[in-house]
Amino acid sequence: MRADLADDILRHTGEHVELVLIAMVVAILLGVPAGILLTRRAGLRKWFLGFASVVQTIPSLALFGFLIPIPLIGGIGPRTVIVSLVLYALLPILRNTFVGIAGVDAAVCEAAVAMGMTDGQLLRQVQLPLAARTVLAGIRVATVTTIGTATIAAAIGGGGLGVFIFRGVASVDSAQILAGAVPAALLALLADWGLGCIERRLASA
Amino acid sequence: MPVVEFRDVGYEIAGKTILSHLSFAVEAGETLVLLGRSGSGKTTALRMTNGLLFPTAGQVLVEGVPTGQWDPIRLKRRIGYVIQEIGLFPHFTVSENVGLVPKLEGMGPADLDRRVDNMLQKVGLSPAEFRSRYPRQLSGGQRQRVGVARALAGEPAVLLFDEPFGALDPITRRQLQQQFLQLNRDFHKTTIFVTHDVREALRLGTRIALLAGGKLETIALPAEFRLAQTGEAQAFLEDLEV
Repeated sequence: MRADLADDILRHTGEHVELVLIAMVVAILLGVPAGILLTRRAGLRKWFLGFASVVQTIPSLALFGFLIPIPLIGGIGPRTVIVSLVLYALLPILRNTFVGIAGVDAAVCEAAVAMGMTDGQLLRQVQLPLAARTVLAGIRVATVTTIGTATIAAAIGGGGLGVFIFRGVASVDSAQILAGAVPAALLALLADWGLGCIERRLASA
Repeated sequence: MPVVEFRDVGYEIAGKTILSHLSFAVEAGETLVLLGRSGSGKTTALRMTNGLLFPTAGQVLVEGVPTGQWDPIRLKRRIGYVIQEIGLFPHFTVSENVGLVPKLEGMGPADLDRRVDNMLQKVGLSPAEFRSRYPRQLSGGQRQRVGVARALAGEPAVLLFDEPFGALDPITRRQLQQQFLQLNRDFHKTTIFVTHDVREALRLGTRIALLAGGKLETIALPAEFRLAQTGEAQAFLEDLEV
């Protein structure tokens, strides 16, 4: 019995980590380039940041409800969960990338342009290195919230540590709830600590 | 052929005239000072030289070619630029800052090191002591010297200075002006130097162009400028008598 539970916790933790990792990789691959694009195209700013902010206000269960009927991205299972996790993670990443780059000292950027850097060189050699810490802070916030939000995945058959929580709530079993909540909290703390370490290393460089 | 030539240049933005009918030529090796109050258009004129801005009327020619016909990147790398806020890259060491343009131009590491050390010596900074420091580890005067070394390192045809010494204390300022004159003797670079300080203009310029309200009021040798009778020139010269 004991060993079974331990196995279960490990398996669902694995699923949970997988959901979060896939969602974060996709969110970073979308959010960072979109944030960079916003620093180049002022006209898009309002729309992108507005869209991402609106998504954040939708309760996660409601978002699942909206997504399930949509072909390709919807349905029951992990795919819908990942899509919604990506949508939630986008705002902090998008906003921090934009704010980080826009916040680089104007005199430094002007000097780079006046030295004859191309836009790509300005971005890679000056803006991204100087904005890295802010971008990473956005990724950290997004990762920690995604680990928490991913517990809802179990509601639509997405697996993860939420399985214990939903089971525990249904059977009024606190031990079951804790079997999901404690590992999820530990994962969040671990991610926060790990990404925080990288952030501090960037700061001292 | 003048190295830089302004031909009847005008600049308007949002219906506001910043510069009008500005014409002058800068000959090889001279230092033309653009003197004027805040808002006189002197910085705008400077920024037109390396294509950070383009005239809305007339033409700016660099080495005989209108700035609009230059490849924008080539033009900027051909011209050294020193600004008041310096704009050193905070995440680059002194040597990475100084070597930036030669490196962009594809210079190899050994040549680059030599070039950087040479430039640091020219601005009075010991390479051994300074090359691996970061800008935050420098004083204001040292940073400005690095800014000058960076502008010189790409072997530009023209140097632009936008009130480079404005934020420094008077003693450091004086030292950097001396350094500037020394560099001028060594390199004979064609230079355009923007300032609102008439003493600096008289000390550094081989000619002084006085701008007022976006127009060229006087262009004269320093000795002639001291005798200029126009209202704006008088206003600046009064400052000398205090």
